[in-house]
Amino acid sequence: MDEKDLKLNETEFLNEDICVAEYLVYKKPETLIDIDLHYCPGCGHGVVHRLLMEVIEEMNIVDKVIGVAPVGCSVFAYNYMDIDMQEAAHGRATAVATGIKRVLPDKLVFTYQGDGDLAAIGTAETIHACNRGENFLIVFINNAVYGMTSGQMAPTTLPGMVTTTTPFGRDTSITGFPLKISELVAQLPGVCYVTRTSVHTAGNVRRTKKAIQKAFEYQMQNKGTCLIEVLSNCPSNWKMTPLESNKFIEEEMIPFYPLGDIKVPKEEK
Amino acid sequence: MGEVRLMKGNEALAEAAIRAGCDAYFGYPITPQSEVLEYLSREAPQRTGMVVLQAESEIASINMIYGAAGAGKRAMTTSSSPGISLMQEGLSYIAAAELPCLLANINRGGPGLGTIQPAQSDYFQSVKGGGHGDYKLIVLAPSSVQEMADFVRLGFDLADKYRNPVMILSDGAIGQMMEKVELFEQQPKGGTFPKPWATTGKTKDRQRNIITSLHIDPKEMENINLRLQEKYHAIEENEVRYEVMKIDDAEFILTAYGLAARICQKVVELAREKNYKVGLIRPITLFPFPKKLFAEIVPRIKGILDVELNAGQMVEDVKLSVEGKVRVEFYGRMGGIIPTPEEILEHFEKIFIKGE
Ligand SMILES: Cc1ncc(C[n+]2csc(CCOP(=O)(O)OP(=O)(O)O)c2C)c(N)n1
Ligand code: SF4
Ligand SMILES: [Mg+2]
Repeated sequence: MDEKDLKLNETEFLNEDICVAEYLVYKKPETLIDIDLHYCPGCGHGVVHRLLMEVIEEMNIVDKVIGVAPVGCSVFAYNYMDIDMQEAAHGRATAVATGIKRVLPDKLVFTYQGDGDLAAIGTAETIHACNRGENFLIVFINNAVYGMTSGQMAPTTLPGMVTTTTPFGRDTSITGFPLKISELVAQLPGVCYVTRTSVHTAGNVRRTKKAIQKAFEYQMQNKGTCLIEVLSNCPSNWKMTPLESNKFIEEEMIPFYPLGDIKVPKEEK
Repeated sequence: MGEVRLMKGNEALAEAAIRAGCDAYFGYPITPQSEVLEYLSREAPQRTGMVVLQAESEIASINMIYGAAGAGKRAMTTSSSPGISLMQEGLSYIAAAELPCLLANINRGGPGLGTIQPAQSDYFQSVKGGGHGDYKLIVLAPSSVQEMADFVRLGFDLADKYRNPVMILSDGAIGQMMEKVELFEQQPKGGTFPKPWATTGKTKDRQRNIITSLHIDPKEMENINLRLQEKYHAIEENEVRYEVMKIDDAEFILTAYGLAARICQKVVELAREKNYKVGLIRPITLFPFPKKLFAEIVPRIKGILDVELNAGQMVEDVKLSVEGKVRVEFYGRMGGIIPTPEEILEHFEKIFIKGE
């Protein structure tokens, strides 16, 4: 043990002793604006915001990136991200992104969308953007409910799951089955990379970040549409504590929506 | 003199889009305006590098316009009535986010799927809002193939000047008919208006740019509304456009826009042959409406006959302008029927000469 480590073990230490470059294990990215998030405690949105901003800062692409925020709990995403952004109408983020990317093909574009936004009202825009192989990244936050409008059934709501519009549990004979839109768009030749991750454990947070990084790299190589589905906690509308919501992801969400790559670029298979 | 060609209205509009330096066109086929998308697909990309993309729906095309206009580019779409209805949510967002862009509605008869024949039944939708919220489009009403071309350039310039969507409200007849048109010279791509607010990637020398229409705080939302209203008032002050014919000695005024105004020109001639002192006012901008002109002529005239290819829409603005001080009558045909000049004259005589 050298002198520095000893110092840390002492109960009394000074700020200037620990705030030195060697001890730096984490730094909030400059791209993430330092204000209070409006998200509920334990919500997955904030984590994914941070990951996106970390990747953009680390890849040094701030001046190249244009983001598109959805209508949903993350409608204010642009309040936290210190980059150029547009706020799209509910479900239309991929059409807006198409407009941006087509006129600024050298820029890097991403959409950030909830499951209601992307897989219900915006299904047509999602599928057709993917089918055209629009060269941008779609970050898809699957929390299995409509968060913003306070917990109605989403296209991704699990069978039997209680929401405010399925008070007795989702009855698939009435409302159909959850839409696995990631598997669906992975079929399309224009789509280059589809993966499903989560943010309920540290390891999965790291894997999500890696996926975001890869997707921006593919976009730089003009490889086509990338879609990252993130299973994301919504403790408020699941009526759970944040810890219980982690368990729900592990025990209910992942068995139905298995994590891992659904499609990778050809040369990487 | 610029290049002169014989063209369909829709083709003239498409050609003018290329020449006006349009950066991007997004559209979905619908009669009677599909020629625009076809013409641009054929001509535009190789001539100016313009983006031309067939969208999966009008909902997609209007939102693609939002993205491209928000990125600071000259963006445009065209459609006809049912397609324009689908765009209304997007248009409201565009007006709220103050994105300059150009639309054309080659109006067909409605309601519903209606007919593909020409009509003017989308006046209310274009001029009074159409989508939700207190917003205004600048609405230009061409009555010739020449104006189908000229108003594209004018429309883009007005859009850029006021950061406001501009609508060319035309109809199936003007879109489809062929006339001589003198084309303006190729303009610089993207126009010349600076757009420092555009999302082009945040550089070190500036704050981030955000395109949004969301303002949760009611105080802030009201302030934005007030600012928008101020802009609309400025547009009303500065941008009123109209054409008049023989109004100096007129005792009666015919008023009509677009195709109906073309027919009414003939009606004025026929009326004058019968020694009726009839003049014509053709509003070119439907918003801003030429209110002052109507108010001014009131003391000199005995009556106004408003002629439209609908059930009576612009007539409401005429009545508001004259504030009940002169008799205003309406004649219209609907569903794609185009009245003859004789038919209109007969109606005019019935009301104002024979006093029926
Ligand atoms: C056209 C339209 N319809 C409905 C709404 C209301 N609305 C706002 S957000 C939302 C659902 C959002 O759910 P999701 O996309 O899953 O995002 P989350 O809040 O769960 O992150 C709805 C229905 C709207 N804003 N616009
Ligand atoms: S309602 Fe759900 S998704 Fe929305 S902020 Fe709260 S936890 Fe997050
Ligand atoms: Mg959701």
